[in-house]
Amino acid sequence: MKYEIKEVNGVIVVTIEGDVDLQSSPEARKALLDGVGRKMPVLVDLAGVGYIDSSGVASLVESLQTARKNGQEFALAAISEGTRRVLSLARLDKVFTIFDALQDGLKKLG
Amino acid sequence: MTPANPAPAKVIEVNDLVTHYGERKILNAVSMDVRDGEIMVIMGGSGSGKSTLLRQMMALEQATSGSIKLMGQDVDKMNIREMFEFRKKIGVAFQGGALFSSMTVGENIMLPLVEHTKLDSKTMEIMVRMKLQVVDLAGFENLMPSELSGGMVKRAAFARAIIMDPKILFCDEPSAGLDPVIASALDDLILRMRDALGMSIIVVTHELESAFKIADRITVLDKGTILFIGTVDELRSSNKVRIQNLLNRRTEEETLDPDEYLRRLTSGVEEIAGNTGL
Repeated sequence: MKYEIKEVNGVIVVTIEGDVDLQSSPEARKALLDGVGRKMPVLVDLAGVGYIDSSGVASLVESLQTARKNGQEFALAAISEGTRRVLSLARLDKVFTIFDALQDGLKKLG
Repeated sequence: MTPANPAPAKVIEVNDLVTHYGERKILNAVSMDVRDGEIMVIMGGSGSGKSTLLRQMMALEQATSGSIKLMGQDVDKMNIREMFEFRKKIGVAFQGGALFSSMTVGENIMLPLVEHTKLDSKTMEIMVRMKLQVVDLAGFENLMPSELSGGMVKRAAFARAIIMDPKILFCDEPSAGLDPVIASALDDLILRMRDALGMSIIVVTHELESAFKIADRITVLDKGTILFIGTVDELRSSNKVRIQNLLNRRTEEETLDPDEYLRRLTSGVEEIAGNTGL
């Protein structure tokens, strides 16, 4: 797994690529909380994530909650069908704001 | 050239398994497999060997001969480290739940994470609550197991079994002793977990209705041998007498062969009586 954090038109985009599992999720968590720590709207680009397990989803949940406490917007973009199924199993597809494409999220949050 | 729709990989391969408990032969030349993302139901009467087969597939017990490959690895040849790594990839929902009575529901569910991972405690807490949501026990993390009903204990055991998102989930009689509504909800849960997480699930049950609802394939064991392996439709259309008996829920007693029964009752009795001076 690898990640990148960058600012695009006033939005922090956290791009995660690869599998997010028990081994790699601590690093994903660090990236997500780092992104939230920049006090701007956060958009998580998951287009490159093939597999995300519960520990990865838990890191997304923690980051969302931290962003809400800070009054920041936090959204996911370009999630795969597999990621959507994992989120919906615990009904988290109702909790996250999810954009089909990164550009849609950037337009909305920027 | 590769086929357009290659068959899913085999996550479990059982080859020519033979198991003796003392003089008794429990499994006799059992060969079967479980495919990636498949729900395989193992059925059979009491003493058919299904629980023994399950324990051996979980690498909890060794067979007398034959082999079991789990995700391509021969169980007998795994070293301790490989076995430890393998155990992270399987989940087990035991028949009675097997929750620790001195720990809360949440602590029970978190236990595999504490043992096998170095995740942050916040991540683990959220994972526990997510899994409790999945099994419809949201908000129950601080209760003790003794405060749960039988169906709730089973669901909590499921939550613990799936906490690590296992590749393979073993379920021993998941709906035994539950009322039909709760049993059916557990079946739905098994189907949802497979669909969402893509895990292979092996379910031992004697509940026909449940088997028909969830199974991709069914293995029927009879007196330690494989009587049938196939889909639900293939099982329904089988013309084997013992399969028909199973489908019609006829008991051993109803299909008793009187001559065979008499032989079983009296076989070796004269020698026993002779040895004891009777």
